[in-house]
Amino acid sequence: MVPLWWQIVLGAVLFVIGAAGVLLRRNILVVLMSLELLLNSVNINFIAFGRYYDDLRGQIFAIFVIAITAAEVAIALGILVALVRNKSTLKVDDVTLMKG
Amino acid sequence: MDQGFFLLFAAASVITALTVVLARNPVHSALALMACFLPISGIFVLLEAPFLAVIQIFVYVGAIMVLFLFVIMMIDVREAVFQRFLPGGNLPALVLLVLLGGEMLVLVLSSDRFSVTEPVATRTAGDIRQLSTTLFADYLLPFEVASVILLAALVGAIVLARKEPK
Repeated sequence: MVPLWWQIVLGAVLFVIGAAGVLLRRNILVVLMSLELLLNSVNINFIAFGRYYDDLRGQIFAIFVIAITAAEVAIALGILVALVRNKSTLKVDDVTLMKG
Repeated sequence: MDQGFFLLFAAASVITALTVVLARNPVHSALALMACFLPISGIFVLLEAPFLAVIQIFVYVGAIMVLFLFVIMMIDVREAVFQRFLPGGNLPALVLLVLLGGEMLVLVLSSDRFSVTEPVATRTAGDIRQLSTTLFADYLLPFEVASVILLAALVGAIVLARKEPK
């Protein structure tokens, strides 16, 4: 059988890769995709812990994370379409409307 | 057997995740993200969560990736393709990432709480009937709240993407 720490290490590696995408990329689309990676690594950890400690709440919370992710992507892509229509840019650094 | 499959899926998901972050073309990133979700759903099957694996494929590969590709085709990504991407451009963020990853790896590897190989108990693992009973009995309120949030997201996305009436 697979040891638990393999799954945890996989989750950590995917989390760091996703965080790298969020922090280092300047393209809003790729930042959104990296957010998906972050949420997926969290899901792996939830399900792994839920299996090894025989607790169904891990799977339940993974379901909720997936549902919230779907809502988040719909809203974020709607904002993105409105942004591109108004400012015609995809770079995060160009969107400084809330900077004051 | 299980370990071999796990290593295969883990390697595939890590390589495609790196492709998501490093690819210059957002279309390539989206396709790599889709290729990343498939081995992750295989890992869910190995973890005796077949329902989650199916949900993963339906929601991520079926819905979210279609949304991403739709939006990529709607907007112009040609400028982003020609723009160079340097990973070393943001040094503080890079240092933060190295610290974060090193901390997580050291903490996980140095602890003996994560070394269990067999599940502590296998009473309910992989039982979809048990899962749905838990979801609809103990977690009914969060379930309904999630459906309301999805409805709000649906309406909000339509309102946001609509053209302004001039």
